[in-house]
Amino acid sequence: MPRETSFRDDVAKGAVRTVNLLSRLSARGSGTVIGGRVGLTIAPDLLANLARHRDVVLVSGTNGKTTTTAMIATGWGGTVTTNDTGSNMPEGLVAALASSKSRSVVLEVDEAWLSDVARATTPKVIALLNLSRDQLDRANEVRQIAERWRALLADLGDVMVVANANDPLVVYAAELAANVAWCDVPTPWTTDAVSCPRCTKPLDFANGSWASECGFAKPQVLVTTDAAPLVVRGTALDLDLQLPGAFNEANAAMALTALSYVGVDLQGALERVNALSSVAGRFSLRKWRGHRLRLLLAKNPAGFSSMLLTLKSDGTDVWVAINARLADGRDPSWLYDVPFELLRGHRVFCFGDRRLDLATRLDYADVEYVVVTDESTLPASKDVTSVLANYTAFQEWRARTKPC
Amino acid sequence: MASEDQTVLTIALIYPELLGTYGDGGNALVLAERARRRGFESEVINVGIGDEVPDAAIYLLGGGEDGPQRLGADLLRASSFAARVRDGNFVFAVCAGLQLLGTTFCVEGDDEYEGLGLVEATTTRGEARSVGELVVRVDGRALVGFENHGGRTLLRDDVEALGAVELGRGNDGVADGFRTPDVWATYAHGPVLAMNPWFADKVLGRALGRELAPLVTIADQLYDERVAALAR
Repeated sequence: MPRETSFRDDVAKGAVRTVNLLSRLSARGSGTVIGGRVGLTIAPDLLANLARHRDVVLVSGTNGKTTTTAMIATGWGGTVTTNDTGSNMPEGLVAALASSKSRSVVLEVDEAWLSDVARATTPKVIALLNLSRDQLDRANEVRQIAERWRALLADLGDVMVVANANDPLVVYAAELAANVAWCDVPTPWTTDAVSCPRCTKPLDFANGSWASECGFAKPQVLVTTDAAPLVVRGTALDLDLQLPGAFNEANAAMALTALSYVGVDLQGALERVNALSSVAGRFSLRKWRGHRLRLLLAKNPAGFSSMLLTLKSDGTDVWVAINARLADGRDPSWLYDVPFELLRGHRVFCFGDRRLDLATRLDYADVEYVVVTDESTLPASKDVTSVLANYTAFQEWRARTKPC
Repeated sequence: MASEDQTVLTIALIYPELLGTYGDGGNALVLAERARRRGFESEVINVGIGDEVPDAAIYLLGGGEDGPQRLGADLLRASSFAARVRDGNFVFAVCAGLQLLGTTFCVEGDDEYEGLGLVEATTTRGEARSVGELVVRVDGRALVGFENHGGRTLLRDDVEALGAVELGRGNDGVADGFRTPDVWATYAHGPVLAMNPWFADKVLGRALGRELAPLVTIADQLYDERVAALAR
């Protein structure tokens, strides 16, 4: 019999809430990570106890975690426990679980922490979105993550894995799981999976499919987006998102598939997901010093490429802000994996700690750029200006702007 | 026009799908652009994993994960690459590219793997992964970049290092990379040539076989800023 929640855990939960409150009152950060750290120190298996007897959905992958988690939380309906602050390591998850008693739980989980979190929380569903290069100075190499996921899912037992069939690294990670719903969703970035994860020979990509000579190949799919409408396990759904871009269609397809495995009515969920217009400030319309700005988070090559493709080629000014702090990854080499050539014809204003790295990249891409040193001289525009920013730069722009 | 001015600089980027983990393709872009702005025609050839290795003024090798690095070494060993380099074609390599040009390297734990043997350098698994800023003194100037690797590279006594490490680890905490007449390499991965325009011009000058006139770009400001930031 699983141990029931103990007095020690209750003390720990109380401590989590108290410290979070104190953290917020003293205005030190968002008040999620600090409290969670105290809780984990008091009871190492707190995460397991907090998750017991709840319907847990975990979301992981390089890009789209926050948006897909928000889609699942919104689509589920009613009160849903979720880590919508973006704190996706154990401390943040404990804080989220302690903050609400709702039985419905959806958590985004950092890729490197998925194994620990999945073993502790016994989820009903795990959604695996994609794997690509991101913050390589911290998480090392993408394939090591895929290996760790594979080892986890080979023996995790009774869980439904909702996985992207177009990402060979995700397929490699999930293929040994007992139950997998493979999803055929838009995945333009496969540069990190050119050699077969099983045999290292070249993968052959053709006609929306892929295969290796060792037999490793795209699996049979249960969910398709290639022809409208979206079909989730045989149910046709009229996807009409407020959120832009093919990558959000992929996120929505996987969110709705995940919801179908926790007993949520898909038509109702679809309406709620369609109506979602902004996630944690992303895609939201903001104002700042007379400018109207659309804030777009783009923090790695795959995410940046997707976001650049949503810009209209109308020659309007684009603002881009790049930092290379701890949370961003200290190494901005990835700027050379982003197809900034797509911005030719626009004038790009360079912001952030690493604006000279960005300007150099744009210079070599033959894109017109302005290095912003004096923010009071930015030209006014009657149009909405897109601001693409990586993680900490995005937080800064969110803090300095106000909703329109 | 004199025939000299009609030189087309061919830059062969070797297996970018395998050896391009850290934006290393940027080095090809930088060389091509810096050549073009001086009036030279240039062409970047992406050598894919099924392609023959072409003749080129310079081969570029980037960084890669263990599996792709091993595949890259296997494919290059079966190609004309080593013979072309022994005939005098020029190579600039970073990170995993550096390792596979040597005699042996380690991937996937401590399994020793055969390199191309173009340079007498052996790479074993280091005690810890080296991740961070790298500064190397090359010909009296600071080469600035970022390293992320688990290797420890030892050069035979008669092999010249590219430079002395001032920050970070490079080969072994003392020296970084190597430089033979035809093969230059550093652990500074990714777009190291973007961050060090003076060094990009050294590489370009070697590839073109001539002295180059100065070229002022925004990269000069980036270089000055990085040197100042890392000196603090």
